[in-house]
Amino acid sequence: MKRAALVPSAFAFARATRRLAGPVRRLGAVAAAGTLSSLSLAADIPLNERRSSYEAMSAATKAMQDDDSANPATLWVLDGEALWRASAGAAGRACADCHGEASQSMRGVAARYPAYDAKRQTPVDLEGRINICRVEQQQAAALRLESKELLALTAYLARQSRGLPIESNDNRLAPSIEAGRQLFQRRQGQLNLACAHCHDDHWGEKLAGNAVPQGHPTGYPLYRLEWQGVGSLQRRLRNCMIGMRAESYAFGSPEFIALETYLMWRARGMPMESPAVRP
Amino acid sequence: MARALIKVSPNPRRGEVIEIKTLISHEMETGFRHSTTGAAIPRDIITTFVATYNGEEIFSAQLFPAIAANPFITFYTIAKESGTLEFRWTGDNGYAASEQVKIAVE
Repeated sequence: MKRAALVPSAFAFARATRRLAGPVRRLGAVAAAGTLSSLSLAADIPLNERRSSYEAMSAATKAMQDDDSANPATLWVLDGEALWRASAGAAGRACADCHGEASQSMRGVAARYPAYDAKRQTPVDLEGRINICRVEQQQAAALRLESKELLALTAYLARQSRGLPIESNDNRLAPSIEAGRQLFQRRQGQLNLACAHCHDDHWGEKLAGNAVPQGHPTGYPLYRLEWQGVGSLQRRLRNCMIGMRAESYAFGSPEFIALETYLMWRARGMPMESPAVRP
Repeated sequence: MARALIKVSPNPRRGEVIEIKTLISHEMETGFRHSTTGAAIPRDIITTFVATYNGEEIFSAQLFPAIAANPFITFYTIAKESGTLEFRWTGDNGYAASEQVKIAVE
């Protein structure tokens, strides 16, 4: 029953996603006309029109993000700091034993991840880098992706880049950025949508009452009120894929890393907000 | 890794109305959810929150399953004298957490 009821909404959504111009578009109104064939890919968002979805949030949610004592992600940051200083693994070393004060050594690091790993000849995201360090330097078991510990460490590192611009200027990342762009623009799932249909073509409009964001990963890992917890960019991407009724990639898969690399390139120069709060 | 965060102005003027913000990490499992195998997940929430100022209760709250995870409670009091603000959270399964903050009234 539930499944059948969902099918017409696919067409309703396709109608709703027709591009609107001028003030009507800003009101998030829905066009009744249009067909599936009206979905065509727009160009990249001009650099000066890019917006963090922070700007579309309510005053209350903004206040929550801006005040560290009200931002629940601070709880993860503090846990991450404790993990940073705790020795782990057979080597009996803490992150801090090699890297020292994170406020110095990790400043700006999260703003340039995923970064190219010359040894593996592939981009590695921040979670992946933490786990490589754990396995190779600390001789400890890798932390499970999306585990509380890994999110805490990632949030702590990302916090050190808050306010700094996202960097994406390593030429070795170019193939991964291109692969990510292909994935971003590729139709998939039962709704036959690409990421770009919402986040390049229809940002600022409404989907089921919510503002469609441009989809810039400026605040990850972030505290999402809906999750009642902190989650990674990959968890958010999985969310979107489930919404498109596509089969999600596995956490840590090359597809997700390529998408992350592309999204960071797409958001290059935008300030980091990590750990952000989102509804 | 239970943690609480308290924010309060450390040096208020005498007679000033001060805002106290408290945030504590807690799952606040409602008891209404089921696991992927269909088993009921038992309720695990904070049920009471009490704040005292030099031993005198100034604020308390009862919490219920509809309260979101990581409860954030803010309230106001009048800074009368220097001393200690103490916060106590208690809940299901013997949960108890407390935190203290010293303030110096000028």
